[in-house]
Amino acid sequence: MGKITVNGKAQELESPLTLSALIALNNVAQPDMVSVQLNEEFVGKEDYEQTTLKDGDEVDFLYFMGGGSRP
Amino acid sequence: MNFTEDQVNRYSRHILLQDVGVEGQERISSGKVLVVGAGGLGSPVAFYLAAAGVGTIGLIDGDVVDLSNLQRQIIHFTADVGKPKVISAKEKINQLNPDVEVVTYQALLTAENAQEVIKDYDFVVDGTDNFPVKFLINDACVITGKPFSHGGILRFEGQTLTYLPGAPCYRCLFHAPPPPNAVPTCSQAGVLGAIAGMLGTIQAAEALKYLTGVGELLTGKLLSFNAKTMTFRAINTKRSEHCPVCGKNPTVTKLIDYEQAVCDISDRRKT
Repeated sequence: MGKITVNGKAQELESPLTLSALIALNNVAQPDMVSVQLNEEFVGKEDYEQTTLKDGDEVDFLYFMGGGSRP
Repeated sequence: MNFTEDQVNRYSRHILLQDVGVEGQERISSGKVLVVGAGGLGSPVAFYLAAAGVGTIGLIDGDVVDLSNLQRQIIHFTADVGKPKVISAKEKINQLNPDVEVVTYQALLTAENAQEVIKDYDFVVDGTDNFPVKFLINDACVITGKPFSHGGILRFEGQTLTYLPGAPCYRCLFHAPPPPNAVPTCSQAGVLGAIAGMLGTIQAAEALKYLTGVGELLTGKLLSFNAKTMTFRAINTKRSEHCPVCGKNPTVTKLIDYEQAVCDISDRRKT
């Protein structure tokens, strides 16, 4: 099937995979709280199910990070 | 600007730097930077900006120093426990570098005061630990065309991006704040103290790069690191046409005070 890159790390595609399935496969904690980029473009949550990954795709999960000081 | 002999000496390592020089130091010395939050990130940011001789440093924070802050908020000392953070920070900055004018706001940044507070500054540094104010800073800076540095830390990780008008903003990446308590804060999940220094010094460097015009800023990039493996990664980002504040059909046209996480509010009552 090919190879994709998830947060900079290579991952084998063993069968056709949607973004939703990839999120489940990668055990993403709190999937509702993650922003997803596919090949440097943001993908809306409503499109995860219809987006099928192909060889060479780069996926990035962006997580919320607070930190600093309570102002 | 004419530097005195002492100032030439004090800033000699900047003046020697080929890309900075006297001209760059003049830009730093006449620069105005607002630091939102005088805590984990704000401490190293304010310290390095003060040492660099930034002309005016604004500090806004409504909190007082707590013993649990001292593990990472290095601008505050044990004797400062109970003192307003902006006062404690101002005292250290004055001792480090009397050239710096420190403007303190012992208050929360709110939808009501944000535009008025940021308008006098060249650059804003987000050193807050909560999403309502992170989004408020983003929106206020996008709406008024003000450059800023976003910073976030949690456990062993940090992330930062720099916004300039026209570049992707924080909301392009994250459209709306997470619901209260959906994402842990440092006060809930902890943070390695030195992470605040790692990220804060990156933010300070971005502010100094902006003032001097040196190099390339972290615009269109989200830099993140994990100190457990000590790996850094910059992800390229683009503006989102669906961005609620800078997209094609913005829905955020005025500033919003989002709800704080419940436990943060109860923490505040305690201190």
